[in-house]
Amino acid sequence: MNVIAYLIPISIILGGIGLLGFVFTVKSRQYEDPEGDAQRILSGDYDDKPKA
Amino acid sequence: MTAPMRPQASACPACAAAPAAEALAELDKPTEADIMLSLPAIHCSACISTIERALNAAPGVHNARVNLTLKRAQIEADPGLTAADMIAVVNGVGYEAHELDAGALRATATDRAGRDLLMRLAVAGFAAMNVMLLSIAVWSGAEGATRDMFHWISAAITLPAIGFSAQPFFRNAWKALSARQLNMDVPISLAILLAVGTSLWETTLSGEHAYFDAAIALTFFLLAGRYLDHRTRAIARSAAEELAALEVPRAWRLDEKGEEQQVSVADLKVGDLIRVRPGGRMPVDGEIVFGQSELDRSLLTGETLPVYAAPGQKVSAGEVNLTGPLTIRASAVGRDTSLHRMADLVAIAESGRSRYTSLADKAAQLYAPGVHILSALAFVGWYLYTWDARVAINIAAAVLIITCPCALGLAVPAVTTAASGRLFRKGLLIKDSTALERLAQIDTVVFDKTGTLTTGTPDLANLGDFTRVELEVALALAEGSSHPLSVALTAAARAHGITPAPLDNLGEIPGYGTEATWQGRTVRLGRAAWVGGGQTRQTSAWLAIGDDPARPFLFTDSLRDGAAEAVQALQDMGKKVILLSGDTPSAVEDLAKRLGIPQWASECLPQDKSARIQSLTDKGQKVLMVGDGLNDTAALAGAHVSISPASALDAARVASDIVLLGSDLSPLPDAVKTAQSATRRIRENFTIATWYNIIAVPLAIAGLCSPLIAALAMSASSITVSLNALRLR
Repeated sequence: MNVIAYLIPISIILGGIGLLGFVFTVKSRQYEDPEGDAQRILSGDYDDKPKA
Repeated sequence: MTAPMRPQASACPACAAAPAAEALAELDKPTEADIMLSLPAIHCSACISTIERALNAAPGVHNARVNLTLKRAQIEADPGLTAADMIAVVNGVGYEAHELDAGALRATATDRAGRDLLMRLAVAGFAAMNVMLLSIAVWSGAEGATRDMFHWISAAITLPAIGFSAQPFFRNAWKALSARQLNMDVPISLAILLAVGTSLWETTLSGEHAYFDAAIALTFFLLAGRYLDHRTRAIARSAAEELAALEVPRAWRLDEKGEEQQVSVADLKVGDLIRVRPGGRMPVDGEIVFGQSELDRSLLTGETLPVYAAPGQKVSAGEVNLTGPLTIRASAVGRDTSLHRMADLVAIAESGRSRYTSLADKAAQLYAPGVHILSALAFVGWYLYTWDARVAINIAAAVLIITCPCALGLAVPAVTTAASGRLFRKGLLIKDSTALERLAQIDTVVFDKTGTLTTGTPDLANLGDFTRVELEVALALAEGSSHPLSVALTAAARAHGITPAPLDNLGEIPGYGTEATWQGRTVRLGRAAWVGGGQTRQTSAWLAIGDDPARPFLFTDSLRDGAAEAVQALQDMGKKVILLSGDTPSAVEDLAKRLGIPQWASECLPQDKSARIQSLTDKGQKVLMVGDGLNDTAALAGAHVSISPASALDAARVASDIVLLGSDLSPLPDAVKTAQSATRRIRENFTIATWYNIIAVPLAIAGLCSPLIAALAMSASSITVSLNALRLR
C-alpha cells in the first residue's frame, strides 16, 4: 500500500503541470482565434523557420 | 493595461510561473498607430497568408495579424499611416476591407470576463478529475485510515479550488440576497457550501460519506454552462459592435478661410458650416447654404424617390447626399437632431413592451424556493425522527446536492449556443438572449418595404423601348454621373452589350442631370422638368436627343435576394404577412402584388407603424417586425421580436433583437424553424432534468443517497441534456 504515497503526489503534480500549461495558453491569448489557428496549420509560410 | 491584468497571488498561483505571458501583454501596448480593419470575405488559410504577407510587406507596417474568427486584421504601423492606406493594400491583393473604429471595439478586443471564466473552469476541471480519482477508491471499498486520508486529500484539493472557481456564483448569490431576492445562484451557492461544510465535518469525525467530488463536479458543470452562455453572447456582441464601428463618425467642417477640416461629429456646434460630399450622410440637422443635389431619404421615411435639394432647404441628419457637394449650416446637433428624436420614440415603445420572462427564469422562479423548502423539510423531518443533527444535516445537504440545477444550468445555454452557432453560419446574429424563444412564438410577420424587401437600388424596367443608338447615347450620359438611376442604367445597358456613344462637353448639373453634345445636338438625361418630360407613375429618368420629345426610362425597385422565397415560405408556415411602408401607394401595391402579400399599407408615418404593431399585439398576436429604416425603429422596438438587415441604420439595428448579416432574406424562415426546434429542445431538457430529480430526490430524502449515486445522477443528467442540445437541426 505504501506505493500510493508516491502515486498520489505524482498524479497531482502531473495534473498540476497540465493546469499550468493551460493557464499559460489562456494568458497568452491562444484561444482568441480558434478558426484561424485551425486554418494556419495548412499554410506553409513558417515551415522552415519560425516567424521572427 | 498591464496592472489590472496582473492576478492576485492568492487567486492564481500559476500566474507567477508564466512570465512569458506577462511579457506578451507588455508588447501589446499600443505605442504606434493601431489600425483595425474588417475583412468580411476571408475564409481560408490562403486568405490569411495573402493578406498578412501583403500588409507586412507594406512600408511602415510593423506587424499585421489576421483574426479569422472575428474576420479582422490588426495592424501596428508608423503613426503617419492611415486606415485608407491599409485598405488600399488589402484591396490590391483582391480582398474587401473596411475601416473599424478602434475606439468602439476596444471593449471587445480583450475579453477579460471570458478568459476569467475559462480559467475558473480549468481549475474546477483539474480539481474534479483528481478528487473523482480518489473518490473511486472510497466507493470501491477503502476503509478506516485509508478512507480518512483520501477524504483529507480530497478536501485539500477541493477547498482552494472551490474558493477560486465558485466565486462567480457566490458573488451573484450575495448580490441577489442583499437586494432581498432569490435567483438560481442562491441554491447553487448554498448547495456547494453545505456540501463542502458537511463533508469537512464528516471527515473530521472519520465519517463514511463525503461529498467533495459532488461539490467540485457541480461547480465544473455549472461553470461550463456559464462559459457557453458567455461565448454565445460575446460573439454576438462583438459582431454587433463591429457593425456600429463600421460607421466612423466624421464630418468635414469649413473654417473661416473656407478650408475643409476633418472633425468628429461629436465636436460639431450649431452654426457650423459643414461640407457633405456626394455619397455622404448628413451628420446634423441644418439648412443648405450652397450647392444643388438630390437627397435619398429612404432610411428616414421609406421613400425610394430621391428629393431635389437646393439652398434654403432644410435637411435632417441621416439623409444621404447623392449627386453634388452641399454646404449646410447646422441648426441642431447631437441629441437635438431629428435622428435622436426618433430614438426617443424607440425608448417609449421599448418601455411599452411587456418584459418577457425566459423559460429559464420561469424554471428558476419555481425551482429556487422549491428546493429550499424541500431540503428544510428533510432536515426537520429527520431531526424529529432521530434527534440527531448530524444525520439530519447530512440528508438536507444530500437533497440540495441532488436537486442542484446542474442540468438546469446547462439546459438553456447548451441549446442556445448550438442554435445561435447554426444561425450565425447562416448569416443571422442573435443579439438578445431571449430572442430565440420569442421568435419561436410568432404568428404574424410585418415587413418594411424600402431597404428590407427591396434593396433600395433601382432596376431599369423598359430597356426594350429604346433603339440601340438611343441607348448608346443614354449610356454615355449615364456614365457621367454617380446618381443611383444613372448607375442602374449603366449596369443594365452594359449587360446588354451596349457601348457608349462618343459625346462632347459632357457635364453633370447637380440636382438635374447630365448634358452633352452629340453630333452637334444637345442631349440630356435627368429630371422630367429639366429635360422636358411629363409625369410617370414610376421612378423615371428622361432622355432628350436634340429637339425630339423626351422619353422616360422607367425604374422599379429591385427585390432583395431571397425576398420572394422568404415571404412564400413564411406564408406556407401559416404566418400572416403584412407590408407597411412609408412609400407611395402605387409603389407599395406593385410590390405587394409581386410578392403575393394580401395586406399592405402605404404612406405610414413612424407613429403609424408602431401603432399598427401595438394594435396587432393587443389582439393577442405575436408580431415579428423586419425593417431597416429610422421610420421602423419604434415598430422594431415595439414588436414581440424584431430583425433588421446589416445595411440598416445604427438605431434600427440597436432596436432589433436579431441582425441579418448577409444581403439575402431567405434565412428568415429557417431562423423561425430553428428557433422553434431550439425551444422544443429547451423544454425537453427541462423535462429530462425534472425526471432525474423525481427519481433521485426520494432516495435523498429517504437517506439512501450515497455520494456515488449523487455523482452518477449529476453527471448523467448533465451529459444527457448536452447531447440532447447537439441534436438540434
